[in-house]
Amino acid sequence: MPKITFIEYNGTAHTVDADENLSVMEAAVNNSVPGIDADCGGACACATCHVYVDPAWEHLTGEKNESEASMISFANGVEPNSRLSCQIRATAELDGLVVRMPAGQH
Amino acid sequence: MPEPETPAAGIVIAGAGHAGGAAAATLRQFGYQGAITLIGDEPILPYHRPPLSKAWLKGEVTAESLALRPARFYTQQNITLHLSSTVTAIDRAAHRVALADGTTVPYATLILALGARARRLALPGFDLDGVLELRNAADADRLKGALRPGQRIAIVGGGYIGLEAAASARALGAEVFVMERETRLLARVASPPLSAFFEAAHRAQGVAIHLGAQVIGLEGQGGHVAGVRLSDGTVLPCDAALIGVGAIPNEEIAAAAGLACATGVVVDDQARTSDPDIFAIGDLTNRSLPFYDRRVRLESVPNALEQARHAAAAITGRPAPAAEVPWFWSDQYDIRLQIVGMPFDVAKLVVRGDPASGSFAVFHLDSANRIQCVEAINTPAEFMAGRQLILKRKPVDAAALADLSCTMKDLAA
Repeated sequence: MPKITFIEYNGTAHTVDADENLSVMEAAVNNSVPGIDADCGGACACATCHVYVDPAWEHLTGEKNESEASMISFANGVEPNSRLSCQIRATAELDGLVVRMPAGQH
Repeated sequence: MPEPETPAAGIVIAGAGHAGGAAAATLRQFGYQGAITLIGDEPILPYHRPPLSKAWLKGEVTAESLALRPARFYTQQNITLHLSSTVTAIDRAAHRVALADGTTVPYATLILALGARARRLALPGFDLDGVLELRNAADADRLKGALRPGQRIAIVGGGYIGLEAAASARALGAEVFVMERETRLLARVASPPLSAFFEAAHRAQGVAIHLGAQVIGLEGQGGHVAGVRLSDGTVLPCDAALIGVGAIPNEEIAAAAGLACATGVVVDDQARTSDPDIFAIGDLTNRSLPFYDRRVRLESVPNALEQARHAAAAITGRPAPAAEVPWFWSDQYDIRLQIVGMPFDVAKLVVRGDPASGSFAVFHLDSANRIQCVEAINTPAEFMAGRQLILKRKPVDAAALADLSCTMKDLAA
């Protein structure tokens, strides 16, 4: 199970075991990580699973599709390394992934 | 011998649907450490409702992936589950809820998340086999069984349930006809351009749509539904019928316990009922809308989740979350509809983009040119920017809105 570290806006880190091939979002919600809301359940409809991917890992998290790009461009505090975590699959390759959360999802 | 310690009564959540399940998870996410007991009348863990009319019917997701959280989550987070358990009464004075099996459960704080049930029609034939509704997983399984090539499905009600089911039914090769008593689909909830768009989209997929159609009965053969009778005398043969004509809040035990109800349990912006130790969330509630100066029942997943956050914040002493603009989404065929805001106090509509292109948005403006609501078809930018504009209460230039060379980024700035 790939390990993913979620760092809250206040700096608190949570390292969880992700179910391989579920999304990074699901790793957060299944482990009660504060700071990810994921209101639409992974449908890319709400932009409340917003994370900043650590620059060292960006190249491994794949490319945004058009829907994600559109949604995330309007998210609070969007940055170049912003992603919707429901669109990133937690593959074995992402073991050790670090993401940060924004101040809020709403 | 010292007295054995009675565990302190903690939070009881009555209803383990989308709202109840979210409330339990949010309480833990917000740091609540006390006892949480989640009681639901279904035999399965809390699950996502939206896929029931879509991916679940089409066989695209597993039961496991439908769950809001996996089974181990409840163990790890120390959330006690009572499944297949019906709450029958609330004893407010004793701070206990009674279950159908005769037992009672004490609470310090109670969260009611009992949801709503499908509205039934007082029509001949309504109780025939094959007359279906779509509220829960068991309903979805029954409906799924009827969706096969060669089967004719009658859908009564041209709302979101009916239309999503129609799209799924077509994907599975069933023949579908929709009967809507108003003169357009989604009459209660959507603008005329949106209704027209969906009507055309469904017809293009082979769905027969009967508008202005009053269903006066269901015909049976051998105890099973065989046709739908309309007020003009037409009988449309079918092999199954889905009734999707609205939902009734399950407020009865709240009303019996003396809580304020008004077609839904009345709550404030913290999801509090008229009892200081009882909250209510989700489809069950009658709530105020901060941006619209009205009270409504908001039957949506975003509302269930927002109210779960209201209750969890109030219980854990966090500041109230910022008020959210209501929003909703629906997927039919390859059409993604996102709606933000509510079509109240609308003075004019502005269409941005060409519906024929399959991507467009309808903006509902009030008399001061402020956006009240945005319906976005396959265009997330208008949905997201629309939310910002509604929040800012910012008047817009209607002509610029209709002009695709003006970007939503510029308009929302």
